[in-house]
Amino acid sequence: MMATTVEAEGQLTPDEQKRLTADMHRSLRRKKIRAVFLVAPLLIFIMVTFVSPIATMLFRSVDNPQVSEYMPNTTAALANWDADSNELPDEATYAALVKDLVVGRENHTIGKAATRLNYEKSQMRSLLTGTARKAGRLKPPYKEQLIKINNGWGDIDNWRVIKRESSPYTLSYYVAAFDMETTPSGEIRMLPEQQRVYLQMLWRTVWMSLLITALTLLLGYPVSYLLASLPMGIANTLMIMVLLPFWTSLLVRTSSWIALLQGQGVINDILVWFGLVSDDNRLSMIYNATGTVITMTHILLPFMILPLYSVMKTIPPSYMRAARSLGATPFTAFFKVYLPQSVPGISAGAILVFILAIGYYITPALVGGQTGQFIGNMIAYHMQSSLNWGLAAALGVVLLALVLGIYALYSRLFGSNNQMTLR
Amino acid sequence: MALPSYAGPLETFWYYAFRVFCGMVFIFLISPLLIIIPLSFNVEPYFSFTEGMLAFDPDAYSLRWYQEFFGSERWMNAIQNTFIVAVCSTILSMILGTLAALGLSRSELPFKGMIMGFLISPMIVPLIISAAGMFFFYSSLGISQSYLGLILAHTALGTPFVVITVTATLSGFDYNLVRAAASMGATPTYAFFKVTVPLILTGVISGGLFALMTSVDEVVVAIFIAGAEQRTVPMQMWAGIREQISPTILAVATLLVCMSILLLSTVEYLRRRSETIRGITPH
Repeated sequence: MMATTVEAEGQLTPDEQKRLTADMHRSLRRKKIRAVFLVAPLLIFIMVTFVSPIATMLFRSVDNPQVSEYMPNTTAALANWDADSNELPDEATYAALVKDLVVGRENHTIGKAATRLNYEKSQMRSLLTGTARKAGRLKPPYKEQLIKINNGWGDIDNWRVIKRESSPYTLSYYVAAFDMETTPSGEIRMLPEQQRVYLQMLWRTVWMSLLITALTLLLGYPVSYLLASLPMGIANTLMIMVLLPFWTSLLVRTSSWIALLQGQGVINDILVWFGLVSDDNRLSMIYNATGTVITMTHILLPFMILPLYSVMKTIPPSYMRAARSLGATPFTAFFKVYLPQSVPGISAGAILVFILAIGYYITPALVGGQTGQFIGNMIAYHMQSSLNWGLAAALGVVLLALVLGIYALYSRLFGSNNQMTLR
Repeated sequence: MALPSYAGPLETFWYYAFRVFCGMVFIFLISPLLIIIPLSFNVEPYFSFTEGMLAFDPDAYSLRWYQEFFGSERWMNAIQNTFIVAVCSTILSMILGTLAALGLSRSELPFKGMIMGFLISPMIVPLIISAAGMFFFYSSLGISQSYLGLILAHTALGTPFVVITVTATLSGFDYNLVRAAASMGATPTYAFFKVTVPLILTGVISGGLFALMTSVDEVVVAIFIAGAEQRTVPMQMWAGIREQISPTILAVATLLVCMSILLLSTVEYLRRRSETIRGITPH
């Protein structure tokens, strides 16, 4: 149809030409609509079941409803109070506080506000809940009575915390996620060295992931080279040894490493049997950082080999032979000719392994002990045990930003190769 | 890659050192999977070889842990749950993923890069973040701790694999075949089912197997959004490894290794078949 249009163009009247153009536009639009309709169901599905949950979580890291919602009168009263004034709030604010405490105790909501404030300053929880128990019996004027019940109410810093957290949005979860604290006067500063947790954890996650990436590259590069240069039949057979772990459950591989590495495990037994290690001095290779690194290197190795192999497969072996025939030593030929051509495979594999490693949770939790935990484990801890969901969300955002940043950098540098996990 | 005849002693040394190194990497890759098979037949409740096992004493081996596995209501229930969730989410991923891949392969689709980015995002975002997000969101909708919630979550995680494999299959697809069918009077629907589907079927099935494996193996999202009633095999394993570590885990692991062998063979078979169909000789 296209061909006839072009040929006949000269003979068409302007009217016919216009009609033809309109027809073509219509047909193109119909095709476009059809394509959109095909993609729409999945796009909507992913938006609802996946993207919006993530967005909700992002929002949760700055969402701060507890104080303003459960202590509305105090929040309103504090709006007029100048936190820098070095003066305690007025009697009206204390009256508002008593009102909130009484209502909050009846509705069992004061605990939520108290927990929220306790993240910012310890002892805030007991200050609020303790006072709430007695607040019902108080008669005005309240200010002095409250200070008598708990002199925390005479501490201007406590009021500053309440005022600060009465805002419906907060950055304080991020402040905590970066091991910082807000001083009572509102300045943000680093926590003392020994109290820093998350930055250290993040740093450990990054360097252990880098170590794992380096190890998978070290082990995977020669193997991919071998597989790419062997005859097809043998290479396919050996490929099974790469693909079988790839297709095997993560938990299976983790539990078999427990069987191999633990104190009474297979490797220690062998070492003892050979007399390399004495029986009462068995190596501790698991429930620490070593366990995490060994197990994750094994789990992620196929993700390095597969992209490397697919790139190396496209490098003609004659290039190396040509280099040799021109007098290059095997090492020169490899470093000057082969290695540069395999760089796309190295980068794809390394980025993939690093992105996967940095977000790991299951394996570090099972074999990592104290020293082999990742930032993902910290997120899970705050989700399930400490129930500090805001902090879990903030840590999640930091991790997500890191992963997406690396992925974006990779797509920018090497073009978006979406097939990187698959051959 | 035979050693060239002009190789000197140093090169010969490197050649063999390289092969030995590769051999060791292969052992590193495969031995953890093989070691659990004999250990799962241990008569003692240990994760290590007993002296009797090393002496090949038949009394040191038993099917005890397999009996425990098949006799346990919890495990059987977990298998049933895993099966229900995996099958439903795989079918959903295959349908949604294939349709999307058909749309994505058309050049007329606007914002293709951005759409692709969203569609494969479940594969890139770390699972712990997906799990945390889904936990909040699905709880607020009231579908956490339900089969529906888990199926939807696993479908989301599985679709990128279908999208990618089917898109890859379609990249070599000759649209002239569909035009030929149309020129001979086939309706679009008829041409789709008679021409397009048979050609992309291998891609759809291997994408589906990836999605199936994702669901069968998925534990992070499951522990966050599934309740005790939806306990799946990976959740049960996770609990088993953390709490009381018994060789039953190894029996399950052995069975799962057998399953992955089966899956791997299927995928490899499909891959070769698709190459033959499309006229690409196996290289």
